[in-house]
Amino acid sequence: MAELVLRFLIGGAVVSVFAVLAEIFTPKSFAGLFGAAPSIALATIGITIAHYGKAHAATEAHSMVCGAIGFFIYASAASWFLMRIKIPALAAALALLPVWFGVSAALLWLAERLP
Amino acid sequence: MIVHARLAAIKGIRPHEWAIRFVFGGTVCVAAGLISKRFGPEIGGLFLAFPAIFPAGASLVEAHERKHKARAALDGTMRGRTVAGVDAAGAAMGCIGLAGFAVVCWLCLPHLATIAVFLLATLVWFAAAILAWWMRKRRTFRTRRARRRTLHVFRAS
Repeated sequence: MAELVLRFLIGGAVVSVFAVLAEIFTPKSFAGLFGAAPSIALATIGITIAHYGKAHAATEAHSMVCGAIGFFIYASAASWFLMRIKIPALAAALALLPVWFGVSAALLWLAERLP
Repeated sequence: MIVHARLAAIKGIRPHEWAIRFVFGGTVCVAAGLISKRFGPEIGGLFLAFPAIFPAGASLVEAHERKHKARAALDGTMRGRTVAGVDAAGAAMGCIGLAGFAVVCWLCLPHLATIAVFLLATLVWFAAAILAWWMRKRRTFRTRRARRRTLHVFRAS
C-alpha cells in the first residue's frame, strides 16, 4: 500500500512539473516536446528498482521502447486530425488512445518473437 | 525560431488544472505499477510511455487559445484546435527522445549505477527531442521558403 501511495505522490508531482514546462515554453511545437517527457518512467523506475531489482526495470524499459513508438504514431495521428479535420483536442486525444495501445502491443508482440 | 520561457503563464494555470494533472499523473503511475505486478514487466513497461501529459495538455492549449481570442471578441475554436495540433506535432518529436530514454535504461541499467543511468537517459531524451524538433523546424522553413519562391515565380510569370 505504501508503495502505491509513493507512486501516486511522486507520479503526480513529476507529471505536474513536466506539464508546467509544457505550459511556459513558446513556440507551441517546442512546448509539445514536454507532452512526451519520460514523466511516468522517471517517477516509477526508481521505485521498481528498489522493490524488484534492476533486471525487472530493464525489462520494463525494453517494453517502453515499443510504447514510445506507439506514442509517436498516436501523437502524429492526433496532430493530423487536429490540424486537418479540426476536431476538439480532448476528443482526439482520448479517441486515439486505442491507437497507442494497439501499435505498442503489436510492436511488443513482434519484439518478443524476434530472435 | 527562438524559444521563450514565459513564467507568467504559470499564474494562468487554475487550481483545478493543477489538480487534474496531479491526480491523472499519480493514477497512471499507480496503474503502471499494478499492471506490471499483475501481467509482468513486459506489459507494465508499455505504460511507462503512456501519454499521461498530452491529453490534458492539448485540451488546455485549445481552451487557452480560445479564451485568448474571445478577449478580442473573436471565435478562437478553429485556431485553438490548430494550435493543439502543433502541440501534438511537438509531442511526436518528443517521442523520439522518449524512445532514446527507454533504450538507454534498457541497455545500461544492468551494467551502470542507477543514478548514472537516470542522468544519461534524461540527457539523451532532451538532446534527441530538441534535435528532432529542430530538424523538423528546418524542414518546415525550407518548405515555406520553397513555396514562397514558387509563388514569386508564378506571379512573375
